[in-house]
Amino acid sequence: MTVAPKPLLTIEGLRVEFDSPDGRVVAVRDAGLSIRPGEIVGLIGESGSGKTLTCRSVIRLVPWPGNITAGQIEFDGRDVLGMKPKELRDLRAHDVGMIYQDPFSSLNPVFRIGDQVTETLRVNLGLGRSEARARALELLGDVGIRDAERRALSYPHEFSGGMRQRVMIALATASEPRLLLADEPTTALDVTTQAQILALLMRLREERNIAVLLVSHDFGVIAQVCDRVAVMYGGHIVESGPIEALYNNAQHPYTRALLDSVPQLESAGRVTRKPVIPGTPPEPTESLTGCVFKARCRHAQPSCDLVSMELEPVSSGHDTACPVRPFAATDPAQPARAGAEA
Amino acid sequence: MNDSATLLHVQGLCKDFGLRRTVAERITREQAKPVRAVDDVSFALRRGEILGLVGESGSGKTTLARCIIRLVEPDAGTIKLDGVDVRAAGGGELRELRRRMQMVFQDPYSSLNPRMTVGAALQEAGRVHNRPGSENGEQFVREALERVHLSANLAKRRPRELSGGQRQRVAVARALAVGPEVLIADEAVSALDVSVQAQLLNLFLDLRDELGVAILFVAHQLAVIAEVADRVAIMNRGRLVEDGQTAAVFANPQDEYTKSLLAAHPRPRLQRATS
Amino acid sequence: MSAVDTLGQQPPLVGTTERRRRAGGLRGLPLQAKIGAGILAVLFLAGLLAPLIAPYGQNELDFTHVYNSPSLSHLMGTDGTGRDVFSRTLYALRLDLLIVVLVTYVPLPIGVLVGAVAGYFGGAFDAIISRITDTMIAFPFIVLVIAVISIVGPGVKGVLIGVPIVAWALYARLARSEMLVLREQPFMLATSALGYSRRRAILRHAVPNLMRSSLIYSTLDMVVNILLLASLAYLGLGAQPPNAELGSIIADGQSTLLTAWWVATLPGLVVVLFGVGAGLLGDGLSDGQLRGRVQ
Repeated sequence: MTVAPKPLLTIEGLRVEFDSPDGRVVAVRDAGLSIRPGEIVGLIGESGSGKTLTCRSVIRLVPWPGNITAGQIEFDGRDVLGMKPKELRDLRAHDVGMIYQDPFSSLNPVFRIGDQVTETLRVNLGLGRSEARARALELLGDVGIRDAERRALSYPHEFSGGMRQRVMIALATASEPRLLLADEPTTALDVTTQAQILALLMRLREERNIAVLLVSHDFGVIAQVCDRVAVMYGGHIVESGPIEALYNNAQHPYTRALLDSVPQLESAGRVTRKPVIPGTPPEPTESLTGCVFKARCRHAQPSCDLVSMELEPVSSGHDTACPVRPFAATDPAQPARAGAEA
Repeated sequence: MNDSATLLHVQGLCKDFGLRRTVAERITREQAKPVRAVDDVSFALRRGEILGLVGESGSGKTTLARCIIRLVEPDAGTIKLDGVDVRAAGGGELRELRRRMQMVFQDPYSSLNPRMTVGAALQEAGRVHNRPGSENGEQFVREALERVHLSANLAKRRPRELSGGQRQRVAVARALAVGPEVLIADEAVSALDVSVQAQLLNLFLDLRDELGVAILFVAHQLAVIAEVADRVAIMNRGRLVEDGQTAAVFANPQDEYTKSLLAAHPRPRLQRATS
Repeated sequence: MSAVDTLGQQPPLVGTTERRRRAGGLRGLPLQAKIGAGILAVLFLAGLLAPLIAPYGQNELDFTHVYNSPSLSHLMGTDGTGRDVFSRTLYALRLDLLIVVLVTYVPLPIGVLVGAVAGYFGGAFDAIISRITDTMIAFPFIVLVIAVISIVGPGVKGVLIGVPIVAWALYARLARSEMLVLREQPFMLATSALGYSRRRAILRHAVPNLMRSSLIYSTLDMVVNILLLASLAYLGLGAQPPNAELGSIIADGQSTLLTAWWVATLPGLVVVLFGVGAGLLGDGLSDGQLRGRVQ
């Protein structure tokens, strides 16, 4: 097997807490993942899973009063958590771009689109005015905005949601970052626009080798563009691996249950009901011992009280935090494992 | 189309917005261009069925839903509930018609009065309409919560103490408490997590099967509609472009817009092996 | 299509503070509000119990102890006619706070109700009410009150009539603009969908949600009103001597500010204390409103 290229981003043991008057609230308990250059990695989870904070931690954009209390984040060999303010600004300006769910609030409503892109280029890349202007128009064209010269004169409110998202992508990729953090970029968009934006992200990856961390709660979106995916629940990564492996051979009960409950177009006309996960996800304030999912898990055993939520390999690149492995025996590709791991 | 199976019949419904003219326009006698939010829409909702109403943002589906219960007054067309003319009704008659057609809204965080406890909200619904059993408040509330699989303990809580899924269930319970024959779910699951969404969808199916409630299910996600709707109607820019049995429409779309909607649906790069 | 705000979807934190907040009532208030409320409570209690705790009468003349500096027997010293400033302050608090409460909390419910109805119905009714409130608010407050006083004569009566005539308009405007937003909220639409009467929708559902901003604003209003009272008394238009009134006490002490500083300054500090208390309470209450999700 060829040696995999060195990861562009690695997160290990990330812990994000909030200081509340009654003690600590832990939103991200122990998250770890890695992204290789040009890879599109998905981070999927529901409310309270900690996925958004994990994403924002990469550039230390955790909103007050939260802070990162443990863990290591390395970008291209550089220690992000130990960076000084200037280094961090450099990282954010040149190496890592971020796009958000609501493009409207990320664009300044009183400035023209073209001016906002030009400003980024001048400030971050030090381009001269006319150079920046030309490059801005190029960028807008790159993200699929036709007639860029005329459209650049518009204000954000004159653009549709999809167009604004494209502008955000243009802004975020203007300085040729190696990594793009996309926090639910298509959640607020219509399905046709969503398809276009996802296609745009894939094209950027092809043309410029930009890696993407795509945070979403929508498996359909993840499955369409991601190479690998990490599943978060209760502040932990419970499973991660190549998309095919998770889709066809998910080893963590939560992943399977989540996949099972995703609405499918193919269900039209069928009488069978979707299996549901009983109960609700844990709140960030709950202190949980053992497996975070055990309260809602069909396959829970007494030994689950002692689980450490560490990821163990299932196969190359595919890890799970569930030692019980209730599905291992049923999968023909896997040799049967007897019971729980020691 | 007026057979006994039809419970709600909408014919030629129209709603325009934006007819108010600015002072400048009045001076220049310019005609303001109205926005046709609902453009000549007709459909029927049959007893005991779930009819999906699909459209993207701006399609007019929410406006249509609100026109049916006259939260917004339609400009033209007829709405008949079991033969009774909804648009002509007034006062007590309208109140009774509204009782029979209840709505569940999209945002669980603002569809319940933040200052009322769950129990108080449910009791109020029962008392205002003199529902049988509403005199015995506690019992009434307990049964209302049971219908949506919630524990009676929640009666004393305020909405902010509940999760999104629980709030939506309470909203459904409140709607059911007045004994409707039709439930209009206006994007009722769109703001919920996938696993919670699945729970609510099953609840709607239960309501259809066990209580015989007819449901108009408004949504923008095709997959959600596929899970729950018997028949589906597709809306595009105010017009109803296609309708029929869900499986048939999705497998064999006739209208161009329907086709484009289905084509845009995220297709995983791989098919999931049945688990 | 509305965005799925995954951050906003997190269920509320369930720490002790949140549990206290959910408990509702007084225990749920943030610390700032509690301190403010505490200060106000002390002042109100002092005023209420003035006849019991004041060491001297409010008009007990004692020419042997004129302009005495603060001491154990006269906590705030004495004034030009030997009256104990502390006792006078207590009686003045009693009168002033009573007036302030009346002129703040009588117009509040009236204003909120009118504003709520105007905002709910809109149309011509709203237009008329809005023009009225706008006019009242545009009017210089103090000029109107003085005008009323010139009709009914000086003294407490003038203030009690003049201030509410304008004050209701402020609350009406506040409640109206909030109602314009509130009536589009799904739970308000639900009251129509559920077939509830408009009366029920306004009184039972809307008004409880509108009260919060008005109550927060009223803490500010109380401070404004107490200063108004003091100003009027200073001008000789408020409570007439020999009734103790904070403003007149301060006015009397003005001439001896450099020699017998305590006569004006100490009662003045009491007014400041009131302002601080009301301000903290208001800030504390509105903080709770703005804090929302911790994330």
